[in-house]
Amino acid sequence: MSLSELEFQAQTLEAAPTEAIQGRSQWRLTWARLRRDKMAVASMIVIGIIAILALLAPVFASLLGHGSAQVFPNSGLSSSGGPVSPGTHGFYFGTDELGRDLLVRVLYGARISLFVGITTTAIATVGGVAVGLISGFFGGWVDAVLARFIDTVLAFPFLVLALSLAVVFGPSLTIVISVISFFSWAAIARIVRGQTLSLKEKEYIEAARSLGASPWRIMFVHILPNLMAPVLVLATLSIPAAIVFESTLSYLGLGIQAPTASWGNILAGAQSYYQIAWWYLVFPAAALLITTLAFNLLGDGVRDALDPRTERIFAARRNRRRRIWAGSPAAQLDALVAPVPTDGPEEA
Amino acid sequence: MAMTRFLIRRILSGIVVLWIVSTAAFFLFFARNPDIVARSLAGRAATGAIINEVKRNLGLTQPILVQYWQFLDRTVHGNFGLSYYNGQIPVSSILARDIPRTLSVVVGGVVFWLIVGIAVGVLSATRARTVFDRVSTLGVLAGISLPTFVLGELLLAYVYVPLNTHGIGWVNTGYAGLSQGLGAWSGAMILPWITLATVQAAVYTRLSRGSLLDTLGEDYIRTARAKGLTERRVVYRHAMRAALTPVVSQLGVDIGAFLGGVLVVETVFGIGGLGEDAVTAVTNGDLPTIIAFVLIASAFVVAANILVDMLYAVLDPRVRIT
Repeated sequence: MSLSELEFQAQTLEAAPTEAIQGRSQWRLTWARLRRDKMAVASMIVIGIIAILALLAPVFASLLGHGSAQVFPNSGLSSSGGPVSPGTHGFYFGTDELGRDLLVRVLYGARISLFVGITTTAIATVGGVAVGLISGFFGGWVDAVLARFIDTVLAFPFLVLALSLAVVFGPSLTIVISVISFFSWAAIARIVRGQTLSLKEKEYIEAARSLGASPWRIMFVHILPNLMAPVLVLATLSIPAAIVFESTLSYLGLGIQAPTASWGNILAGAQSYYQIAWWYLVFPAAALLITTLAFNLLGDGVRDALDPRTERIFAARRNRRRRIWAGSPAAQLDALVAPVPTDGPEEA
Repeated sequence: MAMTRFLIRRILSGIVVLWIVSTAAFFLFFARNPDIVARSLAGRAATGAIINEVKRNLGLTQPILVQYWQFLDRTVHGNFGLSYYNGQIPVSSILARDIPRTLSVVVGGVVFWLIVGIAVGVLSATRARTVFDRVSTLGVLAGISLPTFVLGELLLAYVYVPLNTHGIGWVNTGYAGLSQGLGAWSGAMILPWITLATVQAAVYTRLSRGSLLDTLGEDYIRTARAKGLTERRVVYRHAMRAALTPVVSQLGVDIGAFLGGVLVVETVFGIGGLGEDAVTAVTNGDLPTIIAFVLIASAFVVAANILVDMLYAVLDPRVRIT
């Protein structure tokens, strides 16, 4: 779009005095962009549905009359003693080798996955931001020590150590959350430290300092808000990573312990039965894949919405142009305010 | 020589890291009461006297610091001690059996991982916004979202089993040594390689795609094109070198995660290498074996990081090895 076109549109917009033009914060612009991203909206809906299903798991369990760890040796097992297939005797996802309702177990697994994903991300984000901010802002020996520590945690074969910790302290939900948090904060801290290093050299920080602002005030009032965009992206992407981590620990038998259902330990059980009971493997695997995929797609969408400079593949630049000419004044304004993504090389 | 000095310095600091890691593993073991291990070894019906006898045999009755000294002394001399389990065979013989297996998985996995990751990334970048690009982007997201063990199990259920029931026995599980022929070896390794590479390559596809796209927008690329160089030469000679720098620096970070993937893959496919035996050793509390595994894993990470730093200097002439 050429400059003259932009000016032309600006004039037509001015000429249509519908409502007073308001300044909008970065977050509102981001939200507006995110809402236009079909993939991101779809993943938000999927995550919402999964969250509702997880919250209502006990309701479903009582509606079906099957507890999450309840064994049904008569109706839940075939005559030869194997799992029954989906749809028989009111088991919509079939049963496992003990005759437990797989649907109820998958729903309860969602509770564990989402809970672990969200708590560990919260802990890791707070820890990572704190360490990264302090390390980048104070510099000197503080930075030397903390940066070394961050690198060590990042480079460590963490699954091995995570397994040892789980064995030493006995596998439990608390240990799973602590271990995952401990290995997740470093990635966030590294990015935050890098951003802080560049932000603290900016003029406005110098201005704040010359006005007598304390280091803590500069850190929390002047630097932290500018870090929120990358942190939000990292946090969104760290939820699926934590879910994968939890399910892997549980799969190896060192995470959530049976009879509590977790997608990881259900899949560990499925290992020896997939040849006779496809549903035992497919349903929990699909649940896990849909959940992590939805979070990853949402994270990608959030990244694109926060940083329109990055190249978007699924976002249609063409649509945006069309909307400028056809849309409402508000949509036209959106299109003008949202920076157009940089062109790809072949058009440059 | 800058290179020699660099290597000496990095190897020395690597040894310090190994010492810290093995010490941590040693004391972490004693954070759990070693009686549990002795009791499980002695069997369910064992009396207190038998348990004490077992502990004395394992050397667990001595003060911890004495044990620590013996452990250091032994390890420095290259002796990893005797496993508590497996009929108390030397840990070194477990390692001798496991290392070729794990090496097969790691080497093939790394080759697939980097070739697939970088090749798909480069193809997507040079064909940005085509169907290929969109499909590979979706594939990348699916790869990132798939836990290693889920992909492994799905491959077992929907590739390995159908192929074998239809008489294609080449694709196999478990482990076949190279001595049993290249076919048997690659057949046993192909599914683990695919599993590892898919999960790991996803990040690299995305990274190399983005980085190459950025580089292709630079002025010097325009200059190269203006000089009349072929597109192939522009992309593979001029752009690739600069574009690979962020990929290589990510490599250093990911090696730890890669070993985690190896561990899971070995468990899923029953390869019986270091990773699978590490899980068993950790679960059983087999201290000498755990420490040997931790040392090998850390040594691998340290060595790989030195290699990555050297590669970095090769790719980007501004980086000086110091």
